[in-house]
Amino acid sequence: MLAWALRRAVLPLLAALLVFPLAAHSQNSQNGAPVRIGLTPVFLDDQTAFLNVWREYLEKRLQRPVVFVQRGSYREITDLLRQEKLDFAWVCGLPMVENPQHMKLLAVPVFKGKPLYQSYLIVPASDQQTRSILDLRGKVFAFSDPDSNSGYLFPSYALFQLKERPSAFFSRSFFTWAHRQVVEAVAAGLAQGGAVDGYVWETLQIYHPELTGKTRVVQKSPEFGHTPFVARWSVPRGDFGAMQRVLVEMSNNAEGTNLLKKLNLDGFTPGELSLFDSIANMAAVVRSSIHAKAP
Amino acid sequence: MPRLRDLSFRYKIPLRGSLLVIITAVVVTASLIFQEYDAVKKDLIGNSASIGRVLAKTLIAPLVHDDVWRAFEIINTPFQAGPPQSNAQAAEVVMVLDPRQQIYVSTHPQQYPMLGDPARINPEFHALRSAITNYREFETSAVEMPNSNNIYMVTPIVSDGVLLGTLVMGYSKSIFLPRYYAIAGRAGLITLLVLAVLLPASWYWGQRFAVPLVRLAEAMGKIGTRIPGDEDVPAYESRDELGRAGTAFRHMLRELRENQELEREMVLSERLAAVGRISAGIAHEINNPLGGMLNAINTYRRHGDEDPVTAKTISLLERGLMQIRDTVAALLVEATVESHPLSRQDIEDTRTLVLADVHGKQARFHWENDVIDALPLPSTLVRQVLINLLLNAIQAIDERGDVFCHVYRDSDSFYILVKNDGKCIPPERLEYLFEPFSSGRESGHGLGLWVTYQIVRQLNGEIAVKSEPAETRFTVAIPFAAGYA
Repeated sequence: MLAWALRRAVLPLLAALLVFPLAAHSQNSQNGAPVRIGLTPVFLDDQTAFLNVWREYLEKRLQRPVVFVQRGSYREITDLLRQEKLDFAWVCGLPMVENPQHMKLLAVPVFKGKPLYQSYLIVPASDQQTRSILDLRGKVFAFSDPDSNSGYLFPSYALFQLKERPSAFFSRSFFTWAHRQVVEAVAAGLAQGGAVDGYVWETLQIYHPELTGKTRVVQKSPEFGHTPFVARWSVPRGDFGAMQRVLVEMSNNAEGTNLLKKLNLDGFTPGELSLFDSIANMAAVVRSSIHAKAP
Repeated sequence: MPRLRDLSFRYKIPLRGSLLVIITAVVVTASLIFQEYDAVKKDLIGNSASIGRVLAKTLIAPLVHDDVWRAFEIINTPFQAGPPQSNAQAAEVVMVLDPRQQIYVSTHPQQYPMLGDPARINPEFHALRSAITNYREFETSAVEMPNSNNIYMVTPIVSDGVLLGTLVMGYSKSIFLPRYYAIAGRAGLITLLVLAVLLPASWYWGQRFAVPLVRLAEAMGKIGTRIPGDEDVPAYESRDELGRAGTAFRHMLRELRENQELEREMVLSERLAAVGRISAGIAHEINNPLGGMLNAINTYRRHGDEDPVTAKTISLLERGLMQIRDTVAALLVEATVESHPLSRQDIEDTRTLVLADVHGKQARFHWENDVIDALPLPSTLVRQVLINLLLNAIQAIDERGDVFCHVYRDSDSFYILVKNDGKCIPPERLEYLFEPFSSGRESGHGLGLWVTYQIVRQLNGEIAVKSEPAETRFTVAIPFAAGYA
């Protein structure tokens, strides 16, 4: 165990030292191959113009072409990572803790000074009665993505804690495949309640207050590790370090600060894997509950 | 306040014209709107049927995957095409019903929430039942309910022959309203333009039609107090009803005036006849004792002594009685005097008789005698008439005045026309002109015209006088006596 930890701490250092001249060389040699970064709706990924600016920023800093890959669900991005078709991805903490053999933590967003975020339980603004998720029994509920912590795992966990099963508790529930759309579904009254990434809701509050204005936050979850940037397990150390550095250094220059402001983030930090322990625990509880309750 | 029907045609005609224009505009607009309603409905049904087919096909995958959010996004797409006001054909509500006819998803989840029964929310959906169950693949049916403000387009969502759900699109007929308003607005504008042209025109026509009528009515209103002259009646030169009414009215007035004149003349001649009878009666009554008295005087002269005082008295009496006899004789016109037929020379003699008076006044005497052969009329009486008229005329003129005399005949009458340019006879005197002692002149006994009148009447003739400034004319017409030929 100690050896493993030692190896884990020292080896990259050694490797970095050894490979440095090579890395510099290989960086040049790899100029033609693009860095493929998978994006999921853990942030407002529907701002194409912003993504172009961010991509240009990353290309300039990495000295390599960058390709953003977007898909309709978290699962597709996770699968692409597993198939090594992506180098990096901005995913949720849940897929990361469930696929430790395929991805490793690269960086964690810093939101309101902390690498943490919450899951919000929201209802339409017209609903002034609901005080907790228990008041939503028999209602229509919107989840964001089955692989989302804030948009699915936490509310399910909360219901399990209350000895309820999401599938029976609500009369109807559905996935919108994006946090923003959970807010839209609740705002339109399509769903009488929804679980949403608190960071996304707060960001929408800034850019689209007319949308969040139609919703009311009923409850905020405990804080979890923020939706992390991950690297596929096999990504070259040089690329890993370069990408991590570029992300972390975004808050050090005006251009990066501007982009971060758009993202409503303070910056990126390398982060600790332990930030996601609570998510892993909840996932384990929910999985065992489902298994336990399954006939 | 005057009632509408009492209004003058001046206002009635333009008002009626405007009313007609407005009625026409309303009817035309209504028919246009009706036509537009049909066109818009056809348009709407065509458009929404094609939208419905596309949506139904697109919805198959989300329904198969039970992806509510995708379905919600798809049915909302038609609404996001543009701002709502530009998208006049936007559906009021779009919903997907599951095969149990519960709401799978709708664009208005607050009104039509998931899993709800649409018929319970809106009874109109009961009527959709048959359209939903009797579906035909890929075919949109339009359901329009009486007493409903909505049209529903029902499209089945079918995959591999299995009904996955039903797409219902509800359109409010109120989307037609902006078009109606546009048409009505345009029609109103055109109506106003037409009115702007037609109102002055119909006002003008009304005036043209009404003014002669109004004047006709005014002229009619005057009858009673007096008979209006031709100048009071509008001259309306046309043969339409108005022109005919005007002409007939003028004709009627003329007859009225003639009747009035006739009546006046009748009164006059009756009075003259009465005067004639009284004077003849009195003359006879006077003549008998008068004859006695004159006989007595003769007898006395023959047998009485010649006392100078008595003789003087008798002579005085005789002269007075003779004057009475002359006067009475003059009053008593006797037409039965025997005389020869009237010849040209008789008339020329008359001229010679008055020439002395003509010269006395240095008058210009215009003489025309068109009589050539002898006429079957008593010459003595006709000459007396002519002399009387000529002497009167000469007397009426000023020094160096004009006197005109024309004597002529036609197939059955003899005519005398005597004119002078002397002072006009005042109208109030004209009426009594032929009565005895009415001359008002110092000289003469005032019986000349009386005698003339009596003679003409006894000869069954007519005498008329007309006096205007600068011309007074007497006309005499005497028919030839049947037994005198």
